Amino acid sequence: MAVNAPAASPAARTPPQNVKRIRRHQWASLLWVAIRTPRGAIGLGLASFVVLVAVIGPFVAPQSPYALVTLAFGKPNGQFLLGGDFLGRDVLSRVLNGGWLLLIMAACATALGIVGGAAAGVSAAYLRGRSDGIIMRTVDVILAFPQLVFALLLLSLLGPRLWLITIAVGVSHAPQVARVIRSATLDITERDFVKAAELQGMRPAKVMAKEILPNLVSPLMVEAGLRLTYSIVIISGLAFLGFGQEPPAANWGLMINENRIGLSLNPWSVIVPAALIALLTIGTNTFTDAFARVTIGVDRRPEEAALIDDLGGEVSE
Amino acid sequence: MVRRRLAVGVLTLFLVSVVVFLATEVLPGNAAYAILGRTATPARLHALEASLHLNRGIFDQYWVWISGLFTGRLGNSLVNGLPVWSYVEPRIVNSAVLVFVAGAAGAILGVALGAVAALRKDSWFDHITSVVVLAVTSLPEFVVAIGLIILLSTVVWHILPAVSLLAPGTYAWSQPELLVLPAATLVIVIVPYILRMMRAAMVEALESDYVEMARLKGVPEWRIVLMHALPNAIAPTIQVIGLNFLYLAGGIVIVEYVFNFPGIGQGLVFAVNDRDVPVVQFIVLVLAAFYVVVNIVTDVIALLATPRRRIAR
Amino acid sequence: MSHRAAPPIQTTPAQRGIRLKVADLEVRLGRSGPDVVSEISFAVQAGEVLGLVGESGSGKSTVALALLGHARRGLRITAGQVLLDGQNLLALPPGDLRAVRGARVSYVPQDPSSALNPTLRVGTQLREALRVHAGVIDNPADRVAQVMQEAYLDATPEMLRRYPHQLSGGQQQRITLAMAFACRPSLIVLDEPTTGLDVSTQRHVLDTVRSMCRSYGVAAVYVSHDLAVVSGLVSDVAVMYAGRIVEIGPTARLFREPVHPYTRGLIEAVPSPERAEALTGIDGQQPRPGRRGAGCSFAPRCGHAIGDCTTEDPEPVVIAGRSVRCLRVWDIQATRPERAAAVACPPATTEAPTLSVRGICASYGSTPVLFDVGLEVPPRACVAVVGESGSGKTTLARCVAGLHSNWTGEITFQGAPLARGARQRGKDVLQRVQYIFQNPYTSLNPRKTVGQIVAQQLEQFVDLPFRERSARVVQVLEDVSLGGDFLSRYPDQLSGGERQRVAIARALVVQPDLLICDEVTSSLDVSVQAIIVELLRRIQQERQLAMIFITHNLALVRSIAQSAVVLCEGAVAESGSVEQVLERPVNPYTIRLMEDVPKLVGLERPGTSGSAASGRRVDP
Repeated sequence: MAVNAPAASPAARTPPQNVKRIRRHQWASLLWVAIRTPRGAIGLGLASFVVLVAVIGPFVAPQSPYALVTLAFGKPNGQFLLGGDFLGRDVLSRVLNGGWLLLIMAACATALGIVGGAAAGVSAAYLRGRSDGIIMRTVDVILAFPQLVFALLLLSLLGPRLWLITIAVGVSHAPQVARVIRSATLDITERDFVKAAELQGMRPAKVMAKEILPNLVSPLMVEAGLRLTYSIVIISGLAFLGFGQEPPAANWGLMINENRIGLSLNPWSVIVPAALIALLTIGTNTFTDAFARVTIGVDRRPEEAALIDDLGGEVSE
Repeated sequence: MVRRRLAVGVLTLFLVSVVVFLATEVLPGNAAYAILGRTATPARLHALEASLHLNRGIFDQYWVWISGLFTGRLGNSLVNGLPVWSYVEPRIVNSAVLVFVAGAAGAILGVALGAVAALRKDSWFDHITSVVVLAVTSLPEFVVAIGLIILLSTVVWHILPAVSLLAPGTYAWSQPELLVLPAATLVIVIVPYILRMMRAAMVEALESDYVEMARLKGVPEWRIVLMHALPNAIAPTIQVIGLNFLYLAGGIVIVEYVFNFPGIGQGLVFAVNDRDVPVVQFIVLVLAAFYVVVNIVTDVIALLATPRRRIAR
Repeated sequence: MSHRAAPPIQTTPAQRGIRLKVADLEVRLGRSGPDVVSEISFAVQAGEVLGLVGESGSGKSTVALALLGHARRGLRITAGQVLLDGQNLLALPPGDLRAVRGARVSYVPQDPSSALNPTLRVGTQLREALRVHAGVIDNPADRVAQVMQEAYLDATPEMLRRYPHQLSGGQQQRITLAMAFACRPSLIVLDEPTTGLDVSTQRHVLDTVRSMCRSYGVAAVYVSHDLAVVSGLVSDVAVMYAGRIVEIGPTARLFREPVHPYTRGLIEAVPSPERAEALTGIDGQQPRPGRRGAGCSFAPRCGHAIGDCTTEDPEPVVIAGRSVRCLRVWDIQATRPERAAAVACPPATTEAPTLSVRGICASYGSTPVLFDVGLEVPPRACVAVVGESGSGKTTLARCVAGLHSNWTGEITFQGAPLARGARQRGKDVLQRVQYIFQNPYTSLNPRKTVGQIVAQQLEQFVDLPFRERSARVVQVLEDVSLGGDFLSRYPDQLSGGERQRVAIARALVVQPDLLICDEVTSSLDVSVQAIIVELLRRIQQERQLAMIFITHNLALVRSIAQSAVVLCEGAVAESGSVEQVLERPVNPYTIRLMEDVPKLVGLERPGTSGSAASGRRVDP
């Protein structure tokens, strides 16, 4: 009389409790979990701080960023907290004005790269065959250029237009994103529940939308975080080289370059913009890392996740 | 296998050359006009166009360029009139020295530190390393460069020269101390990636079934690390080392600029600023060729290190 | 870098017969975490094999590793003794323990493909087993050759120079066997060494183990979840449940007259290739470490449980020649285990077959996989397609379902020919042919709830107002014995058996005419498998479905199908009614298969002719 044993006492029927509940908008709850980890909190904090400085800055700057108000490389004093730059302008005001464009350009470049790359990657993976081959060969060719060099190539021909820089950086992101998304998609399309959807007579576009994309959100977000960091790095690097805003604009990258010669006189004119860029990139990268760790915990292949759960944690029997 | 990679490499190079060429010639803005700018008169435009072969058909122009590459007739720099090759060659050598010194040092350091971090997993060394790695991988190279300058050259200590006073055209080994800061910057930038991969691969090897089996066979720990774990950890790390060499091709642009190091990266920046088209084309092609070669070499070495891919069943 | 010789062995005359004695072994999660296994005690004589049996989560692998003084990451051996020839391995310092491992006690892993280092040649790894124990062997090369021959491997230099990926699964496992026997240890621990091997290789491996143990007087502990395999090999059996040994005793008697309710349930869940019987599984789940409350862990699922069972922890009681951990031992022992009811065979029908498959040749890319395969499924009947891995049975199922379109031939469903791929088939055809996948962990979308998964299936085919749709979903979930509270659960929260039931519900909700079950129980434990198979059989009969049941388990075939098709390397080896194929096979492949399949020894089953007559267990 083994079956129909005690009309299942609740104990036998309840599912394992140590499983994270996956909500409808999983990515939102994952973000929240990531923020609560130490790395996530630090990363988000750093990045937010710098974003705040960049966005609010222009409204609270004490001086005009263009006015010559003090000595060239003047030391910091009560009135000019960070001293003067190579022309005698207030470093503090220039710093407060120097970040917002970088943020906008980086965000746009990232968005461009993510959208383009994801579209290419998903299509290549789901359509397979010739289309896959063509797309990935193109990706390889573009990847044959270092991103910076590619941007420089375009700039050398068309001149340093800001929109061009943004597009160039975005386009150079796309191949990497395409690769990552393609392999993630291939992974998912192999899973049986996608085949089950095909057996329901769903058309490919619908299968893609309903079954595949929701499972791609996490890798996509991680990739977006990484790309954002690199966008900031490249765009500020280009500005440093002189391919960004023209002087006399206040731009962190440009400022670092302009004021280099006076490092021994007023290092703050270089240190502060450099530190802000550094804090921003460290912040975005750290937060992305925290988020990636959280998603690996939940998004791991179902068989593995089941194994871990089945065996009560990291025990294998 | 190797032959196929070679063929793909050559094809990629060919495609790259086409793209570079088309980008230069086909995009809006007649090159001659863009170069001459406001000084363009019809006569001068005409002359410049002739010297740039712009008045011929597009296939002709490509053919001239491509054949020129092989025969060494690359045209002259638009800025100083020198033959492109003699202008660029010393720069190539200097950058090559920089890249290989930095690459080799970075690889060795990264592999060693990564292995130690893996063997001392979850120790304070490991935790500190991982935090530092995360921070450094986020930083732009020029920030690292500036940081080093501030630290070692101008503000804190004054040990090393901030800026290289090498005249363009000289070779780097005539004044080796000028290599230190640029190389150090590059090493700092690439070590974290190699370290991270080596650590991850070693940890995965040390936690694998075959290492557990070796332990159950009574194999001593030193032998497990050297003969079981390391060979398996090396293959993915080689891929990353290769990727970092590739990265260096772009990374040197900023680093050379900051330190005024007379290499190919600085040359590119100057050429782009001056719209020196032939030089830009050539340098980009050299970099792309470097890319392709490194890709092939990396793949071959990784293949050699992975018997499963090298030998079919 | 010290090659330390193993410390000297101390034995007393009285102990000389006993090679291994385990006393009160306990392993915990971390130093003070919940226990994973506890109070493990048993002994093994020289030359004998002890079977350690249990389902996934019972802790048997943990015990196996502890016999070498090893615990996996996160686990710690916290109490007990492992006495090998009188010496406690758990008390040895690390250097001595390392010297003992491989030399006096060795281990054969479950998965040889991951247990062999992919970057080292097989010969190197084999010689390593000898080299690290210097002083054990004078002439390593000779011993290597000898041990390879004993394991039925070609002892050629060419074989030794290969890398693991160049060997087949069976060859890899034989290498690990050779490594285990290389130093002529006193004890060998085998952890499910035949998982994933085909039946004939499995038989060879078992024969090798048996003969080597006997020749060298080696004691062995054989861990397995497969009762049939164990019953033919071992002299004593220890049954594990939730980290404890619940019953331990001599094999024949234990299988003939199991006492502990879990053991009984387990044996009743094992299908028999000789008799068509209803399988009875054990409902519920084995509690994980940390979730085992006071009292007997099996109580929630036990039909004999009384009040005390949930509060009092049963101590082992010696009865009928074995030791059993149960409070109600005496009462239970007096009763006879229930004999499974035989299953009635539906009468043969002369109607046109629901599905007719003819001359199917299928390929993957340019590699042909199926060669002129055909079968017929009569209405309301179940046809089993049996074969080992690589036989093409799954490919056949996918061709029929439309998941694989690279085939030629003819498939006729209810009189009309089927298009090659699912995309080319009409919706009503797709509705009437439903497919259940093998892996319950990947066949359900992790982002959807159970309710959504089943409802979506319904939405795709049938236009119903919301309320009716929900009612149908709830109804079908109840049909598969999942309650309404499963509607809002996500697949992560379900066990393997529950997930598979959701997959079945998804298939049934649209009321198909043909059900294709692709190895639906292969990744489930025996007790769960029994439940699922029984569920499918009941549903098939109630709803009068035609069914194709794909499996590699010959014994299962008997309990669910009326006719069988045996595939070998892409071609039909044998087909006919189930009795015919299993009892009077004609094809040599089938004959060998039937011989090599391990059968549950110890149970006297009446000679059968597949009739509906039920029998009683024969008294010893």
